[in-house]
Amino acid sequence: MRERHASQGARRARDFESFVAGAGGRLLHTATLLTGEAPHDNPRARRLVTLALAHTYASWDRLRGEDPYDRAREYLATRFARGAWHHHGGLLSRTRPHPDSALADLGPHERLVLVLRLFEGIGEEQVSALLGMPQERVHALCDRATATVLHPPRRAARPVAEAGVAAS
Amino acid sequence: MNRLEREAAARRIMERVQPVPPPGLYEAAVRRGSRLLRRRTAVRRVLWLLLAVGVVVFAVWALTVQPWAQAPSETTPTFTDW
Repeated sequence: MRERHASQGARRARDFESFVAGAGGRLLHTATLLTGEAPHDNPRARRLVTLALAHTYASWDRLRGEDPYDRAREYLATRFARGAWHHHGGLLSRTRPHPDSALADLGPHERLVLVLRLFEGIGEEQVSALLGMPQERVHALCDRATATVLHPPRRAARPVAEAGVAAS
Repeated sequence: MNRLEREAAARRIMERVQPVPPPGLYEAAVRRGSRLLRRRTAVRRVLWLLLAVGVVVFAVWALTVQPWAQAPSETTPTFTDW
């Protein structure tokens, strides 16, 4: 009995290790886009990914055929959504995206919807269910975010804003 | 630019620079995950224990008080002079 338990544990460890090796990079990319950090300096994104992977590991035996990547991504998104909500008021400088981020001009909600819809390719309906947001709002946020990414505003003004943050 | 082209362009911008996964990601995830599992097991154990204690307390109370037994009627006044 104990032997079977041990071999099951070893198999789980092996499965989980190959899952992390395969999906870790992609999850980190998603998380870095969400947090709006620079690709080479992303402590918040790393923390998010570690948490999401830890939760996936904890529920590994109860997945019942569900895709572990979906589970990890779902946790990542909802966790970020909660964080984004709490940090929304006040402390703007803490959540201000790094200028090296591809989504530097977007707010947290725009980043969240854009990344889930386009980068992860999740349907509008599923995103709206996942975030508890009306489908029209998901559609509008995604459109606005796409437009902002393609035509970034106030390119010249950003160094000034940054200088202001650095000085304060 | 139609909608599909715009979405494809935005996707390309997002895919441009890939962050490198830090070493030790697997170990950190397993460490935190095991801690989560242990905590969940502990919480479940405490809840079962509380349930068992509740059942025992209820059984002892029920057996001593015996609320199903009818109390003898002592309240009716005796009808003697009328």
